[in-house]
Amino acid sequence: MTDPIICVEHLTFSYPDSRQALTDINLAVKTGEKVAIVGPNGAGKSTLFLHLNGILSGRGRVEIAGLAPTGKALRAVRAKVGLVFQDPDDQLFSPTVLDDVAFGPLHLGCPPAEVRDRVAHALAEVGMTGCEGLMPHHMSLGERKRIAIATVLAMHSEVLVLDEPSAGLDPRARRNLLGLLKTLPQTMLVASHDMRLVWDLCLRTVILDGGRLVADGPTTELLRDVALMEQHGLESPLDWTQSNAD
Amino acid sequence: MGHTFLDRYHHGTSLIHRLDPRLKLLATLAFVLVASSTPPRAWPAFALLAALVLVAILVSRIPPVEVLKRSLIALPFAGMIALSLPFTQGGQPVWTWPLFGWELTITDEGLILFAAIVAKAWLSVLAAALLLASTPLFDLLQAMRALHVPAVLTSTMSFMYRYLFVLGEEAGRLQTAHAARSAGPGGSLAWRARVLGGMIGSLFIRSYERSERIYAAMLSRGFAGEIYSLTRLAWQRRDSWASLAWTAALVAVVSLAHFRAWV
Repeated sequence: MTDPIICVEHLTFSYPDSRQALTDINLAVKTGEKVAIVGPNGAGKSTLFLHLNGILSGRGRVEIAGLAPTGKALRAVRAKVGLVFQDPDDQLFSPTVLDDVAFGPLHLGCPPAEVRDRVAHALAEVGMTGCEGLMPHHMSLGERKRIAIATVLAMHSEVLVLDEPSAGLDPRARRNLLGLLKTLPQTMLVASHDMRLVWDLCLRTVILDGGRLVADGPTTELLRDVALMEQHGLESPLDWTQSNAD
Repeated sequence: MGHTFLDRYHHGTSLIHRLDPRLKLLATLAFVLVASSTPPRAWPAFALLAALVLVAILVSRIPPVEVLKRSLIALPFAGMIALSLPFTQGGQPVWTWPLFGWELTITDEGLILFAAIVAKAWLSVLAAALLLASTPLFDLLQAMRALHVPAVLTSTMSFMYRYLFVLGEEAGRLQTAHAARSAGPGGSLAWRARVLGGMIGSLFIRSYERSERIYAAMLSRGFAGEIYSLTRLAWQRRDSWASLAWTAALVAVVSLAHFRAWV
């Protein structure tokens, strides 16, 4: 396995309306690492994610396991990087759970028997065995989030990229999801405003602000730095508990 | 109205539910074809058609009242179209009354034609309502694909079905937000039109942005222009028997209809 599995160097990107979204991003993630990406809204987290599998492409270098997401390698990179969108209604676009979880493997060219096998395994991993026939619009948000994760697990992605996995979940669903994410062995990039989730899940945190990478270090250090967090529109989970106790 | 209204009876276990969706789709189309080509006055043929739908509904174990209710939704359209017939056909006048110097005349031929058209439309809608109530939409879409309906159409229907109520909920939230900030039905018509226009515009932009996110989600999972799907259709022996029986019944209707026409 190539290390680092995610390698981003001098990545700069501006949208067609000339809005500068990312400026000189450098990021290397080792296999199996779980890294949180935090920062205020509009900091460029989602834009960075869309670069990892070649949906967007800016100037600079992006490599996943040594492959750049362009040309012939695009398909291979999209198989390696499992992108889970914030709103499961965007991720789950098929009429049934089976169709949705099967979508990735089918489009990567797996034979039907293997696809069914992968679907069953992925659903078991997220604790939703036997839900193949259900329709997403009949399920709760927490269940839909789990299915959204299953859709990329079925692709056997080595890197999971999750955008706001806990947004909108009630505490119990959030806790269940956190438990699930902790058990998954894949390399993970997690964008979140949920600092407790970041604290509990990721050893390493990266702060993005205004399209720039402004800090990269151990979660315990960065999240304890109340001044740094406030400077970038964030909140330290420890600060929060303290001010509550005052 | 929500998906529960559309999906409530999809998961029955009756013979009708278990039949191959291709067969159900073709059987419904054949039924509509036979119903619409049955000549007026062939009342026994109409009675047999009605009996066929009724038997199918009973076998499906979906409450007949429910299918009846759904079929009524489409009836006014057929009624409106057929409304002019009693007045415009030749034949013996049954009723005449003066209207602003004109004479409005209802003829017996016209009445019969009116009744026949409403009967045809209603029977067809009943069959279609039963098909939709007893078949999950994705099965129906697979059947359409198998019968070579273009993929663009079936994908469009699939996305429409998936996002109809997501958009409905979004519209509902906009409406609630609007209601929360306005007291009563006040404001001039022009003002209300402007507010509604703004809401529709906002809904359009949200849908447009959502479509871009969905497309990105599809690309992320390997989509390259063609949607593949696991095929679940499997023709069983009961499907062969059912199609034979249905064909025989429809042949009976056709011969009955034309036998009556000769007499």
